[in-house]
Amino acid sequence: MSDRRQRVPPAPVSDRVRAVDEALTEKQLVPEGFLDDTAARAEQELSPRNGAQVVARAWADPAYRARLLADGAAACAELGFHAGDEKYIVVLENTLTLHNVIVCTQCSCTAWSVLGLPPDWYKSPAYRARVVREPRALLREMGLDLPESVAIRVWDTSGETRYMVLPLRPAGTEGWGEEQLAALVTREAMIGVARVRIQKSRGEFPSVTQGGKDE
Amino acid sequence: MDGIHDLGGMGGFGAVEVERDEPVFHERWEARAFALNQLGIRVLKAYNIHEYRHSVERMDPGHYLEASYYERWFTGVATLLIEKGVLGHAALEARAGGRVPLSRPPALVQPSSVSAPEHARFAVGEVVMVRDIHPPGHTRVPRYVRGKRGVIIRVAPRFVFPDVAGHGLRAHREHTYHVEFQAQDLWGEAPGNEAVIVDLWESYLEVAS
Repeated sequence: MSDRRQRVPPAPVSDRVRAVDEALTEKQLVPEGFLDDTAARAEQELSPRNGAQVVARAWADPAYRARLLADGAAACAELGFHAGDEKYIVVLENTLTLHNVIVCTQCSCTAWSVLGLPPDWYKSPAYRARVVREPRALLREMGLDLPESVAIRVWDTSGETRYMVLPLRPAGTEGWGEEQLAALVTREAMIGVARVRIQKSRGEFPSVTQGGKDE
Repeated sequence: MDGIHDLGGMGGFGAVEVERDEPVFHERWEARAFALNQLGIRVLKAYNIHEYRHSVERMDPGHYLEASYYERWFTGVATLLIEKGVLGHAALEARAGGRVPLSRPPALVQPSSVSAPEHARFAVGEVVMVRDIHPPGHTRVPRYVRGKRGVIIRVAPRFVFPDVAGHGLRAHREHTYHVEFQAQDLWGEAPGNEAVIVDLWESYLEVAS
């Protein structure tokens, strides 16, 4: 850090981004509407609601569950969620004795097609550093207190495999329809830092809460 | 490279805060930065996804830790657009009205020095050792498993070898393996029922002696 230049604060990041955007546009390198469309697709189509539908189907249909665990990408595509570049999706089944949790320690790779773009906490250095080293303590801090007897597998997304956790179906949901079940499933549960719970305070048809931690 | 991005197992970090009802993008510039990378890779074809990952890894470590996710994302994109000659740095700074920090230049990598045989050499259940390598360029073998012993639990398809592709070079494909490491083997003191699974390219592995 001996470079005096580095002590000058950078331009605000929004100005840096605008500068690249304008320069590329001036050079006519940006197809009309491309940037807006790309962002809109990310916001609308890459959603954890997709993964929630996959989980709900797997809970409701044992044959689908078997196909999902055998070939994640193909089973997600059955519901219309095509993985694009994510050619190889592996679904990790939680049981009463084994809990799975996902991370990408070197960047923030995620199965966008079913989990959506990853949330800030998943991308944070603290999560990436800690979850491989002290998963039980970190999950407890985040509100998921696993008994010592439950084994933990932490999956580091260091290659091209993309993972999704198939959480345990909560008790008391027998006979529920897939839509009702899907509404319970959070992105956090599909990453493995929360359980799926029936939200008692919201009545019979729980509303969707994303980003909520399991308390 | 043994960079700041390779955070697995590092100590000193605090709580992980989950934001309720988090939006996909918090500010519009984040959405723009996201889309500019898709433009660079898919439309301009100026670079590939592996080069993009490496450009973020090459950020100044202090800047890397301070920057938000999409500031890191943007810094990688801007660095590559300049390195590939699409944009000029000085003109960009003039337009931004201030400094535009970039990542440091990449190491010179010879494909022959990081390549390996292409066929799957390992099978499920086999015990393997992660090679204790420290490539100067892009790599996807985390430091915390190098020199460690693990068991193959799944053979994944062949994928482009990132240590070569990350430098814009024509890369071969090889299998990756899901290798399970017992937490005790990685960290010493750890419960016996915790494990970490890392997805590793064939070139990173050798037969355990």
